Amino acid sequence: MVVFDRPKSLSPVPFHYCPGCTHGIVHRLVAEAIDALGIEGKTIGIAPVGCSVFAYNYFECDMIEAAHGRAPAVATGVKRTHPDNIVFTYQGDGDLAAIGTAETVHASARGENITIIFINNAIYGMTGGQMAPTSLPGQVTTTSPYGRDVNIQGNPIHICEMLSTLDGVAYAERVAVNNPKNVLKAKKAIQKAFQNQIDKKGLSIVEVVSTCPTNWGMTPAEALKWVDEKMIPFYPLGVYKDVDAKGDAQ
Amino acid sequence: MSGKVLMKGNEALAEAAIRNGCIHFFGYPITPQTELAEYMAKRLPKVGGLCLQAESEIAAINMVLGAAASGVRAMTSSSSPGISLKSEGISYMVGSDLPCLICNVQRGGPGLGGIQPSQQDYYQATKANGHGDLHLFVVAPASVQEMVTLVGRAFDVADTYRTPAMILADGALGQMMEPVDFDTALAGKREVPEKTWATCGHEGKRKKNIINSLFINPDELEKSVLEREERYKLIEKNEVLWEEYLVDDADIVIVSYGISARICKSAIEMARAEGIKVGMIRPITLWPYPKAALAKAANTASKFLVVELNMGQMVDDVKVAIDCRRPVSFFGRTGGMLPTADDVLAEIRKLNGGKQ
Repeated sequence: MVVFDRPKSLSPVPFHYCPGCTHGIVHRLVAEAIDALGIEGKTIGIAPVGCSVFAYNYFECDMIEAAHGRAPAVATGVKRTHPDNIVFTYQGDGDLAAIGTAETVHASARGENITIIFINNAIYGMTGGQMAPTSLPGQVTTTSPYGRDVNIQGNPIHICEMLSTLDGVAYAERVAVNNPKNVLKAKKAIQKAFQNQIDKKGLSIVEVVSTCPTNWGMTPAEALKWVDEKMIPFYPLGVYKDVDAKGDAQ
Repeated sequence: MSGKVLMKGNEALAEAAIRNGCIHFFGYPITPQTELAEYMAKRLPKVGGLCLQAESEIAAINMVLGAAASGVRAMTSSSSPGISLKSEGISYMVGSDLPCLICNVQRGGPGLGGIQPSQQDYYQATKANGHGDLHLFVVAPASVQEMVTLVGRAFDVADTYRTPAMILADGALGQMMEPVDFDTALAGKREVPEKTWATCGHEGKRKKNIINSLFINPDELEKSVLEREERYKLIEKNEVLWEEYLVDDADIVIVSYGISARICKSAIEMARAEGIKVGMIRPITLWPYPKAALAKAANTASKFLVVELNMGQMVDDVKVAIDCRRPVSFFGRTGGMLPTADDVLAEIRKLNGGKQ
């Protein structure tokens, strides 16, 4: 009996990600959700600019590579022309919460019936470790070498909290993939975010608190610990909005 | 709508686009093109289409990218400052080989500029409407009727060669009302290739499609640029459009496009009445440029006069086309000012060596 195999929707090619990076786990969870719902043939994914720019090579569905931050606008164009297809974006923190904030907020406000997978690892990975909109106060990066000073570099953005105030958002949950228990919760959240789209409920976003050992200057094990000790206290996990629930959690 | 109707240029263009199968429009309000978006907002829901007002020009062009990628005819329209914002998306659409129609109803610039008609975006449209080696198929209508006839051509060329196309109009053409016959909207319609590359869900029936402008290996990127260049060569060979007016015996040839060409036509009639042999070549496609027509005219004419609503952006293209064999003068107004036919006539007289 096969107990572990590659999801059908995940391409049989090696990932380019660094050791200890959690993109691979999240890619797998997205592919598992697509498989579980049997929607590979009607799904169109939108890749971002950032470390996951090559996501178009990793999923077996039709894929579009968008400009930096523009994935929700591209997804809008696809979904509005093919409302019965399933459209998801996969975006990092710089892409979604800095250069693409307007696209994120307005796609959410319009209630675009799409699914957004948001990877928050508090740093720009691909360009080599610069400060992200979600970098923690005091966090050292190459462009905040003395630690992020909120009086100079401003405050981090809490995306799930912000988007949960918008009427068009059906579902916003923050999860993490730093231990098996959290991975299972993340899997459930991602599947729900796709199911919501099938049920035409509006925009669903799953924010995944993730790691970047390379640019955090840590070992993979240290990075997982940092998620527990620093990231999650600042970015609390949980459901921020769910139109199915009676009253929103948190 | 059959027979002639009186319509604004912006609205006529919108109606022609719908008749050419474009029922997906994404835009953002800006003067002097807003009537186009308003017309789309009114008409498209009635024909099963979609007009979506985006949060920015940047979002609008990326929505067009998404729609075009998924296989439908899509368009956006704007005016000069908004086109600058769209440049990023235009470059990505070129890099991803996506067809679409972009309409620029030009206004004065630079910066916020003004809202009166101008042709100050010639360089932008024909040389670099975005980063990278790129061209757009650029057509410049000179009447409301031509707005209508060129829309179908622009879409067909875009679909045939997988390239964005641009209608480079101006505030005067967009705003003015003229009689227009929509029977010509579909004249010259051609068969375009099926969009087998579209990302619309593979349904397990084919391999996945990827729409992408990233080629991280330089040899692959060069290959993709060279492949596109081959298509550009075909466009230059097959798709050049221009109008000649009294060129055969002309000593002075005016080169002018769009609304300025209309003014020049009046000036030419006045000059001819004075016995001055002047004619005009009106480029209809600004890229590809009608080089051969100009080169031929340089065999017989002795002088060229470029007339534009800018500071002489097309002059170099004329000089290159005629290989600098004849002197090329320039006359233009800018910033939203329009020359009168008398102003152009005065320039013609000057070139004719005579009194003004």
